[in-house]
Amino acid sequence: MVISKGIPTYEEKLIEELGYDDHFHDHHDGDKFSANFINTYIFSMDHKIIAKQFLITGMFWAIIGALMSLVFRLQLGFPEADMAWLKPVLGKWITVNAEGLGALSNQFYYALVTMHGTIIVFFVLTAGLSGTFSNLLIPLQIGARDMASPLLNMLSYWFFFLAGTLMFYSLFLSTGPFSGGWTAYPPLSVLPQASDGSGAGMTFWTISLVFFVVSVLLGGVNYITTVLNLRTKGMTMWRMPLTIWAFFITAIIGLLSFPVLVSGFFLLMFDRTMNTSFFLNEIFVGGEALQQVGGSPILYQHLFWFLGHPEVYIIILPAMGIVSEVLSVHAKKPIFGYKAMVFSMLAIAFLSFIVWAHHMFMSGVNPFISNFFVIFTLIIAVPSAVKVFNWISTLYKGSIRFNSAMLFAIGFVSMFISGGLTGIFLGNSAIDIQLHDTYFVVAHFHIVMGVAAFFGMFSGVYHWFPKMYGRFMNETLGKIHFWGTMIGAYAVFWPMHYIGMAGVPRRYYRFDTFDSFSQFGELNKFITVAAIIVFFLQVVFVVNFFYSIWKGRKQTVANPYDASTIEWTTPINAGHGNWPGKLPTVQRWPYDYGKDGREFYPQVEPVGEEESEVH
Amino acid sequence: MNSLLGFVLISVLILIVIVQIARVTELAGIRRGDKETQKLTNKRNANYMMWFLAGFMIFCVVSALHYKNYFLGYGPHTAASSHGKLIDSLFNTTLFFTGIVFVATHIALFYFSWKYKEEEGVKAEYIAHDTRLEIIWTAIPAVVMAILVVFGLSAWNEIMADTEDEFIEIEATGYQFAWHLRYPGSDNLLGTRNYKMIDGSNPIGQDWEDIKNHDDLHPGEIVLPVGEKVRVRITARDVLHNFYLPHFRVKMDAVPGMPTYFVFTPEVTTEQYRENLKEYEEYQVPADLEDPEGPQKWEVFNYELACAELCGKGHFSMKRIVKIVERDVYDEWLKEQQPYYMTSIRNTDADPFKGQKLASDSPEEEAPAEEVSEDADIVAMNAESAE
Ligand code: HEM
Ligand SMILES: [Cu+2]
Ligand SMILES: [Cu+2]
Repeated sequence: MVISKGIPTYEEKLIEELGYDDHFHDHHDGDKFSANFINTYIFSMDHKIIAKQFLITGMFWAIIGALMSLVFRLQLGFPEADMAWLKPVLGKWITVNAEGLGALSNQFYYALVTMHGTIIVFFVLTAGLSGTFSNLLIPLQIGARDMASPLLNMLSYWFFFLAGTLMFYSLFLSTGPFSGGWTAYPPLSVLPQASDGSGAGMTFWTISLVFFVVSVLLGGVNYITTVLNLRTKGMTMWRMPLTIWAFFITAIIGLLSFPVLVSGFFLLMFDRTMNTSFFLNEIFVGGEALQQVGGSPILYQHLFWFLGHPEVYIIILPAMGIVSEVLSVHAKKPIFGYKAMVFSMLAIAFLSFIVWAHHMFMSGVNPFISNFFVIFTLIIAVPSAVKVFNWISTLYKGSIRFNSAMLFAIGFVSMFISGGLTGIFLGNSAIDIQLHDTYFVVAHFHIVMGVAAFFGMFSGVYHWFPKMYGRFMNETLGKIHFWGTMIGAYAVFWPMHYIGMAGVPRRYYRFDTFDSFSQFGELNKFITVAAIIVFFLQVVFVVNFFYSIWKGRKQTVANPYDASTIEWTTPINAGHGNWPGKLPTVQRWPYDYGKDGREFYPQVEPVGEEESEVH
Repeated sequence: MNSLLGFVLISVLILIVIVQIARVTELAGIRRGDKETQKLTNKRNANYMMWFLAGFMIFCVVSALHYKNYFLGYGPHTAASSHGKLIDSLFNTTLFFTGIVFVATHIALFYFSWKYKEEEGVKAEYIAHDTRLEIIWTAIPAVVMAILVVFGLSAWNEIMADTEDEFIEIEATGYQFAWHLRYPGSDNLLGTRNYKMIDGSNPIGQDWEDIKNHDDLHPGEIVLPVGEKVRVRITARDVLHNFYLPHFRVKMDAVPGMPTYFVFTPEVTTEQYRENLKEYEEYQVPADLEDPEGPQKWEVFNYELACAELCGKGHFSMKRIVKIVERDVYDEWLKEQQPYYMTSIRNTDADPFKGQKLASDSPEEEAPAEEVSEDADIVAMNAESAE
């Protein structure tokens, strides 16, 4: 029973002929989940809907997080400016002096910085990126009807939603949201006496993130199980697109590292509520000597960064997967060194677990220990370099189609290079003595993780938008978005290297207390202005996104990019179960582009007798 | 309120503009056909790639030249400690290698993007891998990393090693939101502390029964002789702080309940550093713009101690002045300092030896002299320290 309308495409014919009949429609429950509006769009178990939920929630948080950064950038760029106009929004956090000049309170400055980091790292670049594309692409690209457990998948989203709700609520607490930095180092995060944000704000922050971890784990278990068990006939591991490899490895890293974070959070909660002293020792605060002794704040840092470093790869690996796929499709060439790409991801994943203390060179750990972490950290640069060379070689002698997806993929490579190279400075502990906790670090991680991961995400959204909505996003707006953001993002973050080299510390509410740090007024103004422009360019994206959902150019052919992978063999706007009839079976690897004079071979096409180079 | 309204209005306007662009280009696209549209934008965007490459490289070079005085080891921003020179040179070695990679990969990335744009009649070539090439470009970064690791770790272990030579020990205690400084006094030994003894008159919880505490000094700024090894004992009273001397390339967390250490040797006196700064335009401006006749920036330069670990809402304000002077000036300064015990504790209720005679008592000393230590007060700290 084939439901697809009109003349079947070449791929559909192949599937009809060679596909695997799992009697999907004999079950009569193929669409059992989509009985009504609530089940279809809200408590949906369909992976494609859940992907969209993750994406749109992620976009919501991205806007909140970005607006926060604009407020604190205004503070840094124009510390003397009147902020009274923000009073209707920020209320008591803007203090208005006798002359009517409004100023952002320093307490709230730190709350904004903390929330910005937490939101972008966890809600946008973890849930919004991995959540969206793992959900969308894993079943579609491995030939599965849905995730292994659609129920867990749905729960994964709703735990994320719950986490977000709690975090959002904490913004309105009278003592303000948590303000001790996204890393939440104790004792500051434990002691309400030391910071207003460490009271109710911190309680909400930890509970929210525990729910968030539940979401990540439910999702991760599902992604791993689905990739291992639900690959269609012929889809061996070595025939998986790099996207799937990336999501798979990401999920494994998440499963191994996030629980450690939760254990750290639980100990933190014990210290906060039950007078334990896992992280506290000999503290005098608020006019009083605390009873708790014997703990170590450094222990928390170990637990945090044991997640924290893998987390940065949890963020960047899905982006790497997306970029690999997009570069290959639009250069119309196989990804260069497919196996090297997989092995380098595996190497990065493994190494990411043994470099965490490079965030702690200056934290008071035994300097001898740092020797090992320097070595492993700099070793990570090798597989990272291999990936970069492979991406560049993929372009070599290609036939590049410059659409927005491809542009962002190329932009990603540039960002990853620029930001990765500064990691080599920081990974060398001796240099890190000077650069640690300065703007150099801010530049490093915003370029390599922030901007690069966003670029990967944009690339994926532009590329797979037709898969989500059966329409294309507007290309002109996409290109304005790309070029503006590419230039703007460098304008924002590149100068921070200079500020950091001069030794200016991060997380400063203002710089004029110190003569050594106050010479960058002009540069800080420039950065702030650039940041505002970049923000408005993202508005272009958001408008384009929603406009195109309803008004975008319609997708007319099932496989608009001539891509090999099997997500393009489903009907446009595929329903529940993805393929109306049989499941596709896979006959070859996903990167047969430009071979033997043909644009591409679909993965569902059997290998011919006289084909050259079979993978 | 008005500006907020304006903000909303502008946003709506921008929205309308964006949607119009979308509609117009979508229509134009349909009229021209997908293929034609793609061809047109393809060429244009390929060209932008080259423009971007050129623009980006120029931006990097020009901005680097413009800010070269902030690079580690250049111009006025050279390290003022001996190990700092090592760090600066390591930084520049790394900059050299990464700079090459940065330029080479960016040229390749954008040049290939432009060169291999979609063109009629030109097909992509099927190149799936090249083992020899892949081995080469795995090996090269591996070798470079090995070099950097060797240089880096030998510097690191040298810098972080504790010292067996003679050194001056000082102590810095971070608390919200200031640094409390302590010198060991004439016995060269810091007295014991107990955090439970902290109170208004005993800011770092010195145990007054320990007579090693009796000669400890609590100065308001760090003064050190040039060329002599210093070991800073770094502690924290409430939350994490970080003892950060940017000019000396010194940085170490202050951890409650766990003293940390950093050993360094200041090599340039404040006076010399000022002389060096004098050469640079950006320091030849009045320090106070309101007072053009007043001293120039280089004349009032001081080394500074900052906090580099988020410690709460006043984190940005934990400043102390650091002065590096010749040995004789240092000795002079030391002599002027009064032990805190003698000025503020002796014969008060907090003094366990109240009423008793101590060997250290000088006959004429009776009532507490002027207060030397001050408490956390951002306003006071912002004020210029008295010369
Ligand atoms: C060549 C590879 C890399 C090396 C050697 C490296 C090294 C480092 C080091 C040593 C630090 C600590 C700096 C400090 O606090 O003093 C750091 C910070 C950071 N790195 Fe990287 N990095 C690399 C790549 C990446 C990638 C790929 C990402 C993310 C996608 C990333 C994200 C971050 C983040 C988020 C921080 C800052 C965390 C914080 O303190 O808030 N890094 N990196
Ligand atoms: Cu890391
Ligand atoms: Cu601090």
